[in-house]
Amino acid sequence: MNNLVLNEIKNYTMNFGPQHPAAHGVLRLVLELEGETVVKADPHIGLLHRGTEKLMEYKTFLQALPYLDRLDYVSAMSQEHAYALAVEQLLNFSVPLRAKYIRVLFAEISRLLNHLLAITTHALDVGAMTPLLWAFEEREKLMEFYERVSGARLHAAYFRPGGVAQDLPVGLLDDIFVFIKQFTLRVNEIEEMLTENRIWKQRLVDIGVVSKFDALNYGFSGPMLRGSGVAWDLRKVAPYDAYDLLDFSIPVGQNGDCFDRFLIRMHEMHESVKIIQQCLDNMPVGDVRVNDKKIMPPSRALMKHSMEALIHHFKLYTEGYRVLSGETYFSVEAPKGELGVYLRSVGGNKPYRCRVKAPGFLHLQSLDLMAKGHMLADVVTLIGTQDIVFGEVDR
Amino acid sequence: MERIERKSLITYLSRSVPGATVVTAHYNNVLIVEVISSEIRNALSFFKRNQQLRFDCLLDVWAVDYVGSSQRFEVNYLLLSVTNQIRLIVRTHVDEFSGVQSITSLFKSSAWLEREVWDMYGILFFENPDLRRILTDYGFEGHPLRKDFPLSGFSEVRYDDGDKRIVYEPLEVSQEYRSFFFKNPWINKHE
Repeated sequence: MNNLVLNEIKNYTMNFGPQHPAAHGVLRLVLELEGETVVKADPHIGLLHRGTEKLMEYKTFLQALPYLDRLDYVSAMSQEHAYALAVEQLLNFSVPLRAKYIRVLFAEISRLLNHLLAITTHALDVGAMTPLLWAFEEREKLMEFYERVSGARLHAAYFRPGGVAQDLPVGLLDDIFVFIKQFTLRVNEIEEMLTENRIWKQRLVDIGVVSKFDALNYGFSGPMLRGSGVAWDLRKVAPYDAYDLLDFSIPVGQNGDCFDRFLIRMHEMHESVKIIQQCLDNMPVGDVRVNDKKIMPPSRALMKHSMEALIHHFKLYTEGYRVLSGETYFSVEAPKGELGVYLRSVGGNKPYRCRVKAPGFLHLQSLDLMAKGHMLADVVTLIGTQDIVFGEVDR
Repeated sequence: MERIERKSLITYLSRSVPGATVVTAHYNNVLIVEVISSEIRNALSFFKRNQQLRFDCLLDVWAVDYVGSSQRFEVNYLLLSVTNQIRLIVRTHVDEFSGVQSITSLFKSSAWLEREVWDMYGILFFENPDLRRILTDYGFEGHPLRKDFPLSGFSEVRYDDGDKRIVYEPLEVSQEYRSFFFKNPWINKHE
């Protein structure tokens, strides 16, 4: 009997992170290993929790907007998009067509920013360093576009309830056109490097297979859901802003493994380029904000000689606007999946409750399901394929 | 399967949802159904398993704190039917002590979402297999998203160079958080 007890092998419990470079930020993962095989993965999150939802309850509707940038900080504008649309729905108005096109244009630029980071850091974790260097060069150019419209490279605060903060600067559309012409080549280079790469395929194919049933049961969205073969994209299913006027397609995977999700992200970049091209071609002229001085500020020039404009400006940036009692849930297809904003107003100038539904939170929850039975090294692949950013997981 | 028309869905729901429920409101693509808290699992099970509705995806669980009312917390479950392309918010009201049944046996996604609601509001979810705190610090006390929890919290953290470790201390702020009241001549027009 004693012998038997001695021969029993105990599972090995290991800490992965919170300062592991492949953990994509501050993830503490408690792994239970049997040899090198993962038996159980227990992610400990919350190390980047900043209480965004609580803070937003103490800010006016406009002041709460920049917090959205800081959630998923690699695709900032997509989140502003959800918030701006939710507030607009609560106030019951829609924005001019030009503003809609500008928003779609920059939402797709955000998608490029996100996917470039997602794919190439994934590749870096798995062992291919070169694509990261190429992609960050492109990200730099894209962030320059962010900077030219909003003055900030990352936390733009560009989309506002009621339109966008300011019109596009002269010549920006020409430069975006020049950019996308060469960008397709860069994407192709990354594809050449990775898609048929033997090592890359060995690390990704048949790793982290998620069935259609599980994907829905675990509340997946975005590329994670489409990778499992569910054709679901909010830009098609419930088009917001100008998406119903644009022509694009939705890639859907078959096997639900990491490689399919990689292919989907690659294809989505090509589709985003297509959408950007259409936005450039069809960009209408006109206003970029609603003509309601209770919601959007008057122009700087008008304020110099109109007292009324000055008062409007002052009231807007101190008190903000009051939103009638009501509630709304608005979701957009952010690069990582469905990003929803639930807003509850009780008639004041501040949201009574603002709930942010982040896609990454639910994706990370499934890590236990995906990692079970895989090797330790595959956990890195899985975190990469889930495209985890802790800003939005921890909020 | 053919998609259900929105209008017929509303009548269908108001007739057949178990547990004495009322379909309250609907805005844009979201319908709201209110259920009494003891029936929440039955209702969600019905929505998931009904072959016409097929709400097979739980996207979010969140709470709202209406401090002062007898049923203080409002717990919301956001369901999505991919087949019918409809969203549904199932809503219930609970007080601080009663709690609701966990739905982890129905939707795997609810495990962490319930943990978050527990962490932030202190609403108990019975039969959740792993109801630990999730977002706040290890050893945290209180439920930060409650309306009576102050924005600045109760303790602050710093690195003590002498002790060579992180220390927790009671919060010391020289000034209270200021919430301005804006006197507004139009205020009564709205409220």
